[in-house]
Amino acid sequence: MTTSEGFIAPKFDDDAGRKLAIICSKGTLDMAYPGLIMGNGAVQEGIETHLFYTFWGLDIIRKKTVDKLSLTPVGNTAMRIGSTSLAMPQLLSALPGMSSMASWMMRGKIKGLSVPPVREFLTQIADAGGHLWACRMTVDMMKLTKDDFVDEVEDIINVSEFLDLSRGAQIIFV
Amino acid sequence: MPTANIAGRDIALNDEGFMTEPTQWTEEIGTFLARQIGIDPLTEEHWKVIRFLRSDFDAQGETATLRRVSTVAGIGTKDLYTLFPGKPARKMAYVSGLPKPKGCV
Repeated sequence: MTTSEGFIAPKFDDDAGRKLAIICSKGTLDMAYPGLIMGNGAVQEGIETHLFYTFWGLDIIRKKTVDKLSLTPVGNTAMRIGSTSLAMPQLLSALPGMSSMASWMMRGKIKGLSVPPVREFLTQIADAGGHLWACRMTVDMMKLTKDDFVDEVEDIINVSEFLDLSRGAQIIFV
Repeated sequence: MPTANIAGRDIALNDEGFMTEPTQWTEEIGTFLARQIGIDPLTEEHWKVIRFLRSDFDAQGETATLRRVSTVAGIGTKDLYTLFPGKPARKMAYVSGLPKPKGCV
């Protein structure tokens, strides 16, 4: 039998009962990740986690678009050239192919950090016990059905259902 | 810096209770730490994760994230949550005598 004196064990139950709900309203590649990273991190800390996809955010969970998310440098003054402080000239940004190039570069950088692509990330979160939901109103507006979404999406829910399941949760809007 | 006497050895811990000297770790200590957080007994599946974490730490100098354990060691996310429920990344590191992983994923 192993014995010990003066021993302290870490508290692994300090997040018990904690809930987090993240509303994901943007469907660009750069805006898909904040929800995924925070949601995944929360699940890893044993926090009950709900990701609610609404409006443009539905692109993140649609089978047809999940692997095709992109971003554009147009109108984005935070887009710099490499690691310099030089802003990407807006006229250049509007050239054909610039959005795909920017998206390709960002995918590469994300991969370099060992962060999974969006589809794989959704699976990882669901496997870990996180919950994915689609917004009823925008699903109806875009004439979509449950079949249009990746299998990890549990259901299409309305606002009152979202408010029910997020009772007592911290809510983040992305 | 607190220390605890585990299995007759003085083991350095941080304020949270994580070991701060990975080289002091032995399998006996791992078993002891696991028992403290309710993981008892450690099965072969647990040991597979722990051994990967230990060897990966030796090679990389930092604790593997859950993502790394699933992609590099090939142990599925679901399994990791079953083996180390609640806070798998932290619990795995704790039992393995390693610091908490720094990566976000």
